[in-house]
Parts: sequence; structure tokens; C-alpha cells
Amino acid sequence: MTLKLGVPSKGRLMNDTFAWFGERGVQLGLSGGAREYAGRVEGADKVELALLAAVEIPRELAAGRIHLGVTGIDMARERLARWDSQVAEVQRLGFGEAELVIAVPDFWVDVTTLDDLDQVATAFRAVHGHRLRIATKYHRLVRGFLRDNEVSDYQLVDSQGATEGTVKNLQAEAIADIRTSGATLRDNHLRALDDGRILSSEATLFETRASVWDGGAREVWDGLKSTLGLA
Amino acid sequence: MTDKSDIRVEAYRLRALFEARGAEVFETDVLQPAGALLDLYGEDIRARAFTTHDPLRGEMMLRPDFTLPLVQRHVAEGRANGCYTYAGEVFRRQEDDPDRDAEYLQVGYEIFGGEVSVEADAEVFAAFAEILAPLGLRPATGDTGLLRAAIEGLETSAARQAALMHHLWRPRRFRDLLIRYGQVMPAPESPDAPGGIEIGMRTREEVAARLAALERERSVPPLDAGVIRLIDTLLGIRGQAPNALSELRETASALPSILPAIELLAARFAALDALGVDVDSLDFEVSYGRTTLEYYDGFVFGFFADRRPDLPPVASGGRYDALSRAIGGVDGRPAVGGVLRPGLMLSLGSGS
Repeated sequence: MTLKLGVPSKGRLMNDTFAWFGERGVQLGLSGGAREYAGRVEGADKVELALLAAVEIPRELAAGRIHLGVTGIDMARERLARWDSQVAEVQRLGFGEAELVIAVPDFWVDVTTLDDLDQVATAFRAVHGHRLRIATKYHRLVRGFLRDNEVSDYQLVDSQGATEGTVKNLQAEAIADIRTSGATLRDNHLRALDDGRILSSEATLFETRASVWDGGAREVWDGLKSTLGLA
Repeated sequence: MTDKSDIRVEAYRLRALFEARGAEVFETDVLQPAGALLDLYGEDIRARAFTTHDPLRGEMMLRPDFTLPLVQRHVAEGRANGCYTYAGEVFRRQEDDPDRDAEYLQVGYEIFGGEVSVEADAEVFAAFAEILAPLGLRPATGDTGLLRAAIEGLETSAARQAALMHHLWRPRRFRDLLIRYGQVMPAPESPDAPGGIEIGMRTREEVAARLAALERERSVPPLDAGVIRLIDTLLGIRGQAPNALSELRETASALPSILPAIELLAARFAALDALGVDVDSLDFEVSYGRTTLEYYDGFVFGFFADRRPDLPPVASGGRYDALSRAIGGVDGRPAVGGVLRPGLMLSLGSGS
């Protein structure tokens, strides 16, 4: 039985993942041309590479269609209800670091904390007749964070990309998105709240908790772990 | 697992009991427009309700409860008084607990208007107590009107009172506010020179207005530490009705603003007593339902199976005058009601 390892199928995340495994003696790569989503593995037996969109890796892990997968902590926690009952963190990989933050227009000099945001949300609703909108693609994480912090009178609007532009385009009043450097926020006249950090994420190797470990997969994984120095 | 058809039979039996008390049957769709629900309950409803999309009608939700459509119907018909019962499925998304049902039958009994509010409160509770009597459940009661009265009586600004009222349901934020209002406000850190370019719908004027409001806030005298302690004392009062009532009266000697709410509570106990409820052993808790029964603003109650602590309450309800006004505006009538879960009742072994 082979062990299936899911890794992001393109971009920096793919290359960094390949490099991380390569430094530990397991060469991952694309088979054939760069446009073909099939992979090859050298340096570890019975390990099969599945190239997948990073956002799909949590779901594939939860379903047990792959045994291991590399994706962001943010993706796993956003995509999976009770994530830690479906997958387990094996190793944080030290790249793809990002923070999920709540940001507001920089000229809102009266808003630096969640408490300010909560007060402004109530006033905004009274003035504008609808709830203060927060644009994000991380619905579960943002809603949970604001519930735990007892912020009310807001609504989430879905934004799957270019989220920093939604305020200027009048689609939202605030955003919750991944910040890597802060430059994108600044360029779009936004500023993170002092206590608005929802999650610190980085690329992480996860294993599934689905019951797909019989028939030799566990033994292959134990072998791969010692090759990677994770045992 | 109890058979679904048995649960349905039980639900209609219960509904007939409420009909016999004078309630008319209310029916509504399973698919409800999402807009009104979101407006009323806020973003959290998305975590609790199933949202779906109709190509023509837009976003819809699978009915999370009957309350909103019932109040809408009552208001639309322009009636002052009304007494309703209903039986049907409600749907609740479960993100954290796989053992909780995502779909179950609910039977409700709701009274709108009513000349004397405590008598309507007592009628609803007594009806539930009578129906649930064979199951030997533990009733719990509370009254959020007491805390509301205490806030209304605080010697502080209207803005501070409004903020406390707004967060009545969020204990941590409520507590933070009380502590903050007990201190002298620090000087604002924000510069009054507005930074950055103006983007989005919230305007620079709104920012300036809030800065001015914060400045005004600083001149409001801090709440007396003794008053904050009294509110803590109030929130901690619990016990059997007569004891709770005397403790409340003791607290009111230093917090006289809650006296009318206490008299209302005493009148409700008397009304319950007149309907045969054993008030002497009835549990009362000032904080009961404060975090879980968000839209109630007066009398609140629940019935629990102590031998099955894993189960949610078998029945719950309360008074929701403010919700009724939020939906119906000036036509919103005072309202009190509650719901039963026939599936839980059968599994606890009553049957008909």
C-alpha cells in the first residue's frame, strides 16, 4: 500500500515544500512538463505525490483520500469543522508564514481595538441602516473570533480575492485577511487593529485522522518520518 | 432512537393541548428569507442556520425557529392580541457538537398582547409545567428585567446606559464596560489630526463625531464602586423563589431602581401560584439565560432533565417584547412564549 502525500500544486508554496523535503533527502518533483499535475518521489519508497490546490488539501485529508498533506494552518481551520478531530499537525514547516488580521481604514483614528470596532459597528448601523460589513474569505475563523470577543452588529461579506480593495470599492467597511508584510494593507490605506490578530499561520504538514492507516500505510509513514527526521 | 412518526404524533398531540387552551394554529414555510433573520440575529445566525440560495428569491434559510415569521404575521394582520401554537421542524447547524440534532420537531405556544404581562407569563409557564409534569423535569426561571432596571437606574450618561443594555447578553464585554465606567477615562491617544485618505462608507465626519463623543465621555463622572458591587450582588442572586425575592428586596435597599422590577416579579410569582405552580420550591436565578436566551428581555424559563445532563433543555421560553418591537416597530406587541421538543420528551419516556 502506498502512502499518499498531498502538496500544493503551484507557486511559492509548492517550491518551498519541495525544498523542505529535498533538504531532508526526499526529492519531490513534477513528472513530465511543468503543466502536468503529476508528481514523482525519489528517496522514499511507496510514497505517492498528489498535487492539489492548497485550499482542497484539508478536505482531501478529512476524507482520507490522502494520508499526509501540506497546507496552511489557516486553510485547515477555516475549511474543517472541529479541525483537530479530522486532522493532526505533524510539523510546522517554517515557511508560508502569515497572520489573519482584522483591518480598518487608516483614517479611522478613533478605532485601534476590537472594543472600538464594536462601538463603531453599533453607531454605523444606526447611521447607515445596515450592519458594518467585513470582507473576508475566512468566514468560520472570523465569525468564531468575533463571537469569542463578543463583537456584535457586523456582517461578513464574501471576498475571494483582492480583499484589500473592497473598502475603497464600497463593498465593505473593514476586512479580515492574510497579512504577510503589511505593505498591501498600507498601500490600500488600511491598518490592522492592535488586538485584531485572529490567527498566525504557516505551512504545516498534517496527517489525516480518517481510518486509512491499515494495510501498511502506517509502516510506510513511520519509515518516511525517520527519513525526514521527524520520528 | 424514537421513530419519527411517533414524534410527529406527539407533536400534534401537544399542539392540540395548546389549542384547547385557546391558541390558534400557525403555519409557515420551511424556507425563510435570510435578510430578515440576519437583520434580527446578526452574523451569528449563519453559524446556527442552514443557508441556501434560491435563484429568484436570493438567500434563504431553513427555518431556525418560528418566532420571526410568527411575529411578522401577527404584525401584518394588525391585531392587538393573539394566542398561537405551532408544530414543525426547525433546523440548526451544528459546528461543534456532532451529538446535537441538526433537525428536530418543535412545538410552540406564544401569547401576544395580553392586558397584564405577568398573567400571560404565568399562563405560558403553567401550561408548560402541566404538560411536562409526568417527566419530572427541573424548571429554572429568571428575569432579565431586573438587570435592565438596575442599568436604567445608574447615575451615568445615556450613552453608557445604552452600551450596557446593548451588551447585556455578553457577560465579558458587559463586565469590561462596568469596570471601565468605574474609572476616570484616560486622555485619548488618537491624534485629532485625521490620518490617511478617506475611503469607504464611514465618513470623516463620523470619525470626528465619535472622537467628540469620546471626549464628552471623559467628563462623565465614574460609577461608584459600591454600585458596581451591587450589580455583581444582583447578578449572583439565586435560590428558591421566596428566598430569592427577599434577597432581592435586601439588595434593593441600596439599589432602589430595581424595586418596580421586583414588584413585577412578586406579582408574577403570585400569578403562578394562582395557577397551581409550586412557587415555594421554584428555582429562580437573576442571571438565568443571560448567555443562551439572547432575545428575551423579561421573564425567562427552561425545563431540564437532570438525569440526562447531556440533553439540551426539553423546553424553554420567555418574554420578548423588544424583539417584537424590533420586528414590528410601533405595531410590535408585548409577547411571551416558549417551545417544547417532543422528540426529547418521548425519549425521556412520557408518551401520551
